[in-house]
Amino acid sequence: MATQTAPLLIQTPLVEVEHLRHFYGRSAKGTPVIDDVNLTLFENEIVGLLGRSGSGKSTLLRSIAGLIDPDEGQVRFLGDKALSTSGIAPPDIAMVFQTFALFPWLTVLENVELGLEARKVPAEIRRERAIAAIDLIGLDGFENAYPKELSGGMRQRVGLARAIVVDPKLLLLDEPFSALDVLTGETLRTDLLDLWFEGHMPIKAMLIVTHNIEEAVLMCDRILVFSANPGRVAAEIKVELPQPRDRLDPAFRALVDEIYARMTARPIAPQPARDGLFPGMGIAMTLPRVSTNSLAGLIEEVDGTPFNGEAGLSDLAETADLEVDELLPIAESLQLLRFAELRGADFVLTPAGRQYAGADVDARKALFAQALLAHVPLAGHIRRILDERANKQAPARRFRDELEDHMSEEYADETLRTVTLWGRYAEIFAYDEDSDRFSLEDPQ
Amino acid sequence: MSEDFHPDDTPQLRVMPAFSRMLRLQAPSRADIVALLLLAGLAVMVVRGAEGVVQPLSHLQLQPVTIDPANLPAYALRTTFRMFAALLASLLFTLTYATLAAKSRWAEQILIPALDILQSVPILGFLTFTVTFFMNLFPGQILGVECAAVFAIFTSQAWNMAFSFYQSLRTVPADLAEVSVGFGLSPVRRFLRLELPFATPSLVWNAMMSMSGGWFFVVAAEAITVGNTTVTLPGIGSYLALAIQTRDFHAVAYAVGAMGVVILIYDQLVFRPVVAWADRFRCEQTASADQPNSWAYDLFRRTTAFDWLFRVFELPAMLLLLFDRGFQHKAAAVRPPNRWVELGWQVAVGLGVAGAAWAIFDYVHHTLTLADGLTAFGYAAITLVRVLVLIALASVIWVPIGVWIGLRPVWAERLQPIAQFLAAFPANVMFPFFVIAILRWHLNVEIWLSPLMILGTQWYILFNVIAGASAIPNDLREAAGMFGVKGWLWWRQVVIPAIFPYYVTGALTASGGSWNASIVAEMVTWGHDKLTATGLGAYIARATVAGDYPRVALGIAVMSIFVVTLNRTLWRPLYAYGERRMRLS
Repeated sequence: MATQTAPLLIQTPLVEVEHLRHFYGRSAKGTPVIDDVNLTLFENEIVGLLGRSGSGKSTLLRSIAGLIDPDEGQVRFLGDKALSTSGIAPPDIAMVFQTFALFPWLTVLENVELGLEARKVPAEIRRERAIAAIDLIGLDGFENAYPKELSGGMRQRVGLARAIVVDPKLLLLDEPFSALDVLTGETLRTDLLDLWFEGHMPIKAMLIVTHNIEEAVLMCDRILVFSANPGRVAAEIKVELPQPRDRLDPAFRALVDEIYARMTARPIAPQPARDGLFPGMGIAMTLPRVSTNSLAGLIEEVDGTPFNGEAGLSDLAETADLEVDELLPIAESLQLLRFAELRGADFVLTPAGRQYAGADVDARKALFAQALLAHVPLAGHIRRILDERANKQAPARRFRDELEDHMSEEYADETLRTVTLWGRYAEIFAYDEDSDRFSLEDPQ
Repeated sequence: MSEDFHPDDTPQLRVMPAFSRMLRLQAPSRADIVALLLLAGLAVMVVRGAEGVVQPLSHLQLQPVTIDPANLPAYALRTTFRMFAALLASLLFTLTYATLAAKSRWAEQILIPALDILQSVPILGFLTFTVTFFMNLFPGQILGVECAAVFAIFTSQAWNMAFSFYQSLRTVPADLAEVSVGFGLSPVRRFLRLELPFATPSLVWNAMMSMSGGWFFVVAAEAITVGNTTVTLPGIGSYLALAIQTRDFHAVAYAVGAMGVVILIYDQLVFRPVVAWADRFRCEQTASADQPNSWAYDLFRRTTAFDWLFRVFELPAMLLLLFDRGFQHKAAAVRPPNRWVELGWQVAVGLGVAGAAWAIFDYVHHTLTLADGLTAFGYAAITLVRVLVLIALASVIWVPIGVWIGLRPVWAERLQPIAQFLAAFPANVMFPFFVIAILRWHLNVEIWLSPLMILGTQWYILFNVIAGASAIPNDLREAAGMFGVKGWLWWRQVVIPAIFPYYVTGALTASGGSWNASIVAEMVTWGHDKLTATGLGAYIARATVAGDYPRVALGIAVMSIFVVTLNRTLWRPLYAYGERRMRLS
């Protein structure tokens, strides 16, 4: 195991991303997925991209990988002027996928050889290099196995071998350990860091997308926190703890808490500009897909003994066994409903929240209905329309259309599904999927 | 598959090309000998089967099909040979047509709807035109008639294969596609490394279904009368036709037996091995519990000859790689299409459609009257009633039986292949028995000829229902049992929803097949006795015999319209409903 690397005095830039902007679909209007992203990757550093799902981290990663042609801005590889503009997949980049992305009909060896084969490397050299990479990653003996015979951890090792065999300067990792169980992920992470510090790989830099804050702090020299909708770099945090890092180190914990606080920091007025069509109603707010069970579960968890109504987000994530991108939407939904408040990295139940925790089923529903109608404009809007209509019915299509004026189709769909879920639980309206209509009728 | 994994098989051994491994002297294993004999036999059969093809047409008159059962094996060989020629043609068609449709947005606009229509056109009605066309193409040669027969089979096989391949190309897993782009795989390599392997399992499955359907048409296509010309190609179909003509009951039985043997052999020696082999291309990361197995595949795999066989299949791939432009830098950039080019294309398509419409109108206008059209529609309505009633009847019979079998895994495992075998068995071989029975007991022709339409296609309902019932999760059945869900409630709330998507698939296939079969089922003969039921099938059959091309065309068009309409208004909505509401996953 390597110890601390001395911070480099001269930083050589490797990749420069300038004013990158990319939109949903093909049209260059509406909400951008990522908006005006600038960043520079230097040699000899591991950079982490943190952000909740849908914040555009993947889009940025794929833009750098050349898999996506961004609508605006450019990705520049320094020291290689021939490949300077967009639309070109630079050969000095390789990517490791969350899903491993192995070809099930190719053996381990053939999978690793694929990138070399595309570059028409002669067969003998190809084989030699592939076997060397397989050995390096600790898979010797499995050259002729098919991916389906391997465990998840071993499959991701194949993914790593396949990426490093082409001698990339930059290694992109898209949530590489999130499909693995905790122990396997830990082993693989340590092995990768060892290879990195021992300098066995030709790789100059690594860019890793993750939603695990501890993982980012464990691995990275620099962490970029992404804000969602539109995706922007909201904060940049340098990690100057010595390697190998210890999760229990107070400095480590402090940094994790700081990142939690940065990720929950809201812009003062959420999307004021997009409120135009329905002034004051604010139906343009996107709602994440959070079930009422998760909401109730988190309230109960925080109301219970160890926390007594107030919990640090990182402790909460650990106790509830939730990743940050699972925890934050729940926490923020509770904040929206005024059942809780986020103060920095702390999650505090409001009196309404504590009242909810102590209530029985019917009282909970009543409390939830009140909060929903008062604080979620879309729920109030649907209820108002239904009340106004003679037949107490309205097609869901109409609300979906209204939402799509403000957000992308997927977000509109997700928002409407969430409000349907919440509204049904609160019994403020009913919904019939076959006819795709909201109504005030009780189900037969 | 654990046998694919040899820890002691070091990469160094693999480096050695298969060629030099072949040269190493080693005692041939028993498996080698068996496989060699099988392959050599196959080769001889191919040569023998091909011998008769390039001979003048007069040869057929000199050596007419005889009723002697000793000739049956040779006839069966010729029939099988036609089948595989058609399968090869279908495969080539699929690889080009579907690839073009999936890669070019313009081509897609035309090719996919065309495929959809072609799927619904009654193939047997085609025969009139194709026989004439190919006989003119190779005047006086048997090759022309052979081509016509092969083409008839081709039209019964190609469409669903092309569809499945197109679907596969459109649904390549996104992460694997990204790897291909990331590593800069050229289109050729991408096709060979990603798209073709990914599409293989469903292509093999569809080829198997096509093959099953094909036997029906090869039997119908070998002896065909168009106007004054009667063409008989040596084969089981023409043998059967002769047996019917001469009222030779024994010969009919021989033909049935020979057909059964042929289908059994092709299933065991060709398709089971291919299905077992294709299993490796299934895109799932876990080894599946039940893998298809085949004794023939295991046998071939144990032989060194297997490598050689593979070289043959790799040859076209090697040739393709010669055109490889090598490393690709281009990302999958989505460029907005040029508006003017787009407009030009739309105009060209529009002109093409208008021109075709005019040509059809002009032809029809000179030869047919409105009354003809009304007649054809009237007949179609009668056939429609038959098809619907028969599907309903077949469902009433086979759904309970299929469910019974499907819920008993042991029986399902045993009977599923039999149902598939029955689906492959050409039902037209069985027609004479019905005719004899109808004549013997003076039965009503309108009613008793009808079952012939569904004789061959009812099995699709059966084996889809078996598949659906065996897919019902055990916990659902246990829950139903625990709460005492029985009788009608059990059917309504447990079984029918669970098998619904499967049933609709089966019924859709059966319905399409029945329309097609009506052309041979509504007019059948036994010696000089001719039984005719009223319907569109008989209308087309009569027009074919009379060489009345306009009415054949009219009949085909009307039937296509009915099939397409039935699919769009009944089966597709039902299927969509089943997928949305009742898919268990």
